[in-house]
Amino acid sequence: MSKLIEYSLSELVSKLQSQEITSRELTEAYIDEIESRNEDLNVFLTTTFDRAREMADASDSRIKAGQALSDLDGIPISLKDVVCTKGITTTAASNILKNFTPPYNATVWDKLESAGCVLLGKVNTDEFTMGGSTESSAFGVTKNPIDPTCVPGGSSGGSAASVAAHFCAGSIGTDTGGSIRQPASFCGVSGLKVSYGRVSRWGCMPMASSLDTVGPIAKTPEDCARMLQIIAGKDPKDSTTPEQAVPDYLKNLGDSISGMTFGIPKEYFTDGINPEVVSIIDSTKAIIENLGGKVVDISLPHTKYAISAYYIIAPSEISANMSRYDGIRFGHLGTEKESLEEIYSSTREEGLGDEVKRRILIGTYALSAGYYDAYYRKAQKVRTLIKQDFDNAFEKVDAILCPAAPTPAFKIGKNDGDPLLAYLEDAFTIPASLAGICGISFPVGFSKDKLPIGPQILCPAYTEERALQIGNQIYNAVHNP
Amino acid sequence: MLTQDEVRHIAKLARIQVTDEKLEQYASELSNILDFFKDLEEVNTNDVIETSQVTGLESVTRPDVIVPSKIEKELLECTPHTVEEGMVRLPNIM
Repeated sequence: MSKLIEYSLSELVSKLQSQEITSRELTEAYIDEIESRNEDLNVFLTTTFDRAREMADASDSRIKAGQALSDLDGIPISLKDVVCTKGITTTAASNILKNFTPPYNATVWDKLESAGCVLLGKVNTDEFTMGGSTESSAFGVTKNPIDPTCVPGGSSGGSAASVAAHFCAGSIGTDTGGSIRQPASFCGVSGLKVSYGRVSRWGCMPMASSLDTVGPIAKTPEDCARMLQIIAGKDPKDSTTPEQAVPDYLKNLGDSISGMTFGIPKEYFTDGINPEVVSIIDSTKAIIENLGGKVVDISLPHTKYAISAYYIIAPSEISANMSRYDGIRFGHLGTEKESLEEIYSSTREEGLGDEVKRRILIGTYALSAGYYDAYYRKAQKVRTLIKQDFDNAFEKVDAILCPAAPTPAFKIGKNDGDPLLAYLEDAFTIPASLAGICGISFPVGFSKDKLPIGPQILCPAYTEERALQIGNQIYNAVHNP
Repeated sequence: MLTQDEVRHIAKLARIQVTDEKLEQYASELSNILDFFKDLEEVNTNDVIETSQVTGLESVTRPDVIVPSKIEKELLECTPHTVEEGMVRLPNIM
């Protein structure tokens, strides 16, 4: 294995900028690795190697001429296949978009492309990001590079696996209910769930519009900070991005966390949690204390209602968002097309997978006449209480330390045939999503079966710089003592 | 509990064809999921205001200026139907 591909994005930035290596050389090293292992792992749905080589050469010319577009000029990345890329197939891992080529770029890719990033291709996800394992992808499950009998997590499982397998320096994922944090934990990489609205979602296929976020996955928290620096900020095309200044995310990374207070919520330690996950939280706690942080017990009393609230709110919004897939303007066209009605219903029957259909049906039911108050309105009220739990906690603590998932990566097929069992896997990531706050997961240790486990650090909305600083300090204490 | 007839009705509202076999599967799966949601009944939400957004932004507007997308042709090329004079031809509605 070429050593080059094992470096972190941040290390590669300095090697590229100092011209110790070229982007072309690095890009070829990743392409070699992808060509030798992607068939087994099923990470990339589309590769864009020719284009990557052109982009890398252009980047090398710029760097040589002293005209680098940004720190990330020449850095090869992958994108979750829900991020629209002009002229490049974007499928959302769904048969309904199997042959869809968007005529425009998502803002997030526009920004990264303008920063000089090299695109190696589009990576797998659960269909339309609905799932936590990539098993609902219409194009097969991605295998966890650490243990191919296990899932990589999801829905951004392809993104996390692409980083863990050394297929690229970083990736863009999305996190609606944990889809960046949980796969990062399962694959032993770092993933940042940004505050709602911090990064533009324009051009990213929506799942649940009041919850969806777009964020980076890379080897280290510092890598995530470098990517966030490029993609954060207001976008006139996404009206949910506020006029909030984008701070220098690298500035505080090296600062000590001494004097900070961390809360551990007792509600996250339920019967369903794997003891090996608990022991990783214990060792993270010890590291924090070693670094001069204070750890206290806190309570987030409405935690146990988060799954129900989320699985009412998200499917309701999904049922509305997915109505655009009707066989008229883009995507698959059903075989029955005598009437408009037939076009709609046969297109959707043939094009969408089981999990997507289930969520559309739940959402349609929850929003239908007579049920709106009992389900959707009730869930929105419980969401308020969950958000208030975090508001109250952050009056006493600077950050919250908790597990990212109840278990390490689970075996492929474990939750087959029981959708509810799969929903319960999201118990520790969903509350922060409902509250719209930010969080990061990064590798701290392993289970006895050598599966990576990462904790989750949660911080108030629009304090990504704090989450990244904490992540960086703990990560370095573990990996570069 | 959701009956198969109820699932058929919801599927019709959602414009998804469902086979009889799937109807049975969905009725059982959706019933289990809806049953799980019952835990919310324990929560006292009297006087609690609903949260529909978390950024504090409401009714965001922009100047009403028309900007050409310049990709009309490419957008129309995405449709699986016939395009005539910049329009997508579909079956009669009436």
